[in-house]
Amino acid sequence: MAETDGGNSRQAYWRATIGLTCRLLLIWFIASFGAGILFRDFLDQFHIGGAPLGFWFAQNGAIYIFVSLIFYYCFAMARLERKHNIKRDHND
Amino acid sequence: MTDQLWTYFFVGLTFSIYIGIALWSRVTSTNEFYVAGYDVHPTINGMATAADWMSAASFLSMAGLIAFMGYGGSVYLMGWTGGYVLLALLLAPFLREFGKFTVPDFVGDRYYSTSARVIAVICALFVSFTYIAGQMKGVGVAFSGFLGIPYEWGIIIGMVIVFFYAVLGGMKGITYTQVAQYVVLIFAYTVPAIFISLIITGQVIPQIGFVSNMAGADASMLETLNQTVTALGFLEYTSTDKSMFDMFAITGALMFGTAGLPHVIIRFFTVPTASAARISAGWALMFIALLYTTAPAVGAFARINFINTVNEATYITDDQDYSEAAADIRASGGKPVPDWYKDWEKTGLLAFEDVNGDGRMQYRGPEAPDGVNNEVTPNRDIFVLANPQIAQLPGWVIGLVVAGGLAAALSTAAGLLMVISSAISHDICRRTLFPEMNDQTELRVARLAAAAAVLAAGILGIFASQLGFVAQVVAFAFGLAAASLFPVIFLGIFWKRMNKQGAIASMLIGLISTFSYIYYFKFGGGSPEQWLFGVSPEGIGFVFMFASLAIGLIVAVITPPPPQAVQDMVEDIRVPEQLNLKRTVGRQAGPTTG
Repeated sequence: MAETDGGNSRQAYWRATIGLTCRLLLIWFIASFGAGILFRDFLDQFHIGGAPLGFWFAQNGAIYIFVSLIFYYCFAMARLERKHNIKRDHND
Repeated sequence: MTDQLWTYFFVGLTFSIYIGIALWSRVTSTNEFYVAGYDVHPTINGMATAADWMSAASFLSMAGLIAFMGYGGSVYLMGWTGGYVLLALLLAPFLREFGKFTVPDFVGDRYYSTSARVIAVICALFVSFTYIAGQMKGVGVAFSGFLGIPYEWGIIIGMVIVFFYAVLGGMKGITYTQVAQYVVLIFAYTVPAIFISLIITGQVIPQIGFVSNMAGADASMLETLNQTVTALGFLEYTSTDKSMFDMFAITGALMFGTAGLPHVIIRFFTVPTASAARISAGWALMFIALLYTTAPAVGAFARINFINTVNEATYITDDQDYSEAAADIRASGGKPVPDWYKDWEKTGLLAFEDVNGDGRMQYRGPEAPDGVNNEVTPNRDIFVLANPQIAQLPGWVIGLVVAGGLAAALSTAAGLLMVISSAISHDICRRTLFPEMNDQTELRVARLAAAAAVLAAGILGIFASQLGFVAQVVAFAFGLAAASLFPVIFLGIFWKRMNKQGAIASMLIGLISTFSYIYYFKFGGGSPEQWLFGVSPEGIGFVFMFASLAIGLIVAVITPPPPQAVQDMVEDIRVPEQLNLKRTVGRQAGPTTG
């Protein structure tokens, strides 16, 4: 009984992890390869301060998004682990 | 104090700190030696990872590369940071959950194969030795350029320092020296950047100065830079001559290469849990981003400064008295060559040839509208090194920059040494040749291997100065890591059906194809017209990574699945331990909630 529930919970946990990972990697791709390279010319018609937007994404913006993505991932995984009853130690 | 005294002061001070940490962090077990006892705080590990990662190339060369390449330099900025997202989401927490010592350890156990382990060792050693030659060269250059110590002696001093903390303290010693080295290098990088940003744009924060107007003018800094460089016949700063697909491929190769680099991965083995590994990757990237978001500003400012101070300046030869001649030139309304230029000319990083014989220095691009030939050739490393002098900052800042450059090179060298020594002592000796070896013997072998690796790295560094191809072979490290190591680790976690045959095929295809391609175009006389899909050797690892993934998948499907025990192990590393306990022991008998 406990074993089946555990098994289901494990599968649900893993499916949720994969879903979260795919969503975040999509943002990762759009911020760097997308905004910085593929759609750069289109974005350059807009400006952030004195920098063309596409250029700024390639040299600064993508990096800020990368950092936020990892911290959001930690937050979302912690929530997921709570939901699936995984106790976290408090070292982090 | 003179500039040189300040330099001696900072280098001496920082080196004493490193040795002090080495003595304090001596270790007594392999557990401590390889992974610092799994006991490093995630934030501390993030800081150590940042220093581990940011090498002499990041510290000295990157801003200069960007200054020359403009938008084209973005491949380094995105490539060398975006890899951490892959690391945090796809590799680090799972490899930590696996809970072993090295990258070949994972490959060998996951693919239940000694051959796979040995091939992974070869990949790891190849990547690490290529990389470490560049670090030792950086140490030698810093010593010979600033302190007047011969190049070889500079490398030997660097070796002795690394020997201390790597051999005595292993991963534990390396971790805490890397923390100290991060503090030194980030301070040394940002202080001059802040001053220069203030001078050029009036903004304290370089990242804001980057998008601001020129100080006291109504034109944006980047627009002014674009106009300045195009007037001299260079490509517009915010554009590139690289094809879009090549930009795409190089960025990809650097990202996946970063995620597959063994010396970065093993840093995440040192934290207590999988969730600590995740947050630690976030801290690491944040500490790295401090330097990486400053670098494009430093690059752009340096380009402006260089053009303003050097172009059309009147040259002063070495047999003239500098201050007298400079005063004469100023009195007649001219612009004398700046004194920092004269200082750095001696190192060979700057060259001036008076083509038209007018005694003035014309700096021009390949298609100058006024038809004047270029006379000035700067080396890209000059921009970070000479930055404090260009901005006329006090002597102590120069000393700090030297100490920062050495910290960047030594911290990366130490991380690489750890990969090399653990691959030999743990994967080859303990796991492959002598499985009976006990812990104390393995620790002795590990120390011996570390000492031998320090020696080998030093010799490589001394050779590298004569061969002069270090910058070129760095493309090997990222390409090989992306095409050979990343696919097998990734599939090993996310596809249970991946087996031994698939892994071996995948690693070999990635290793051989990438190596041959880079070798052919870097040393074998290949020309850019022959590039596959128009992709340069720097970006080819990205293309071959997909080949390696595809071959691995096909071979795995047509050969038998891995044993049940291995598939269970994959299940276990996907889900944190606490839930595993519930499954196997059934200790929490109540109905599952949620």
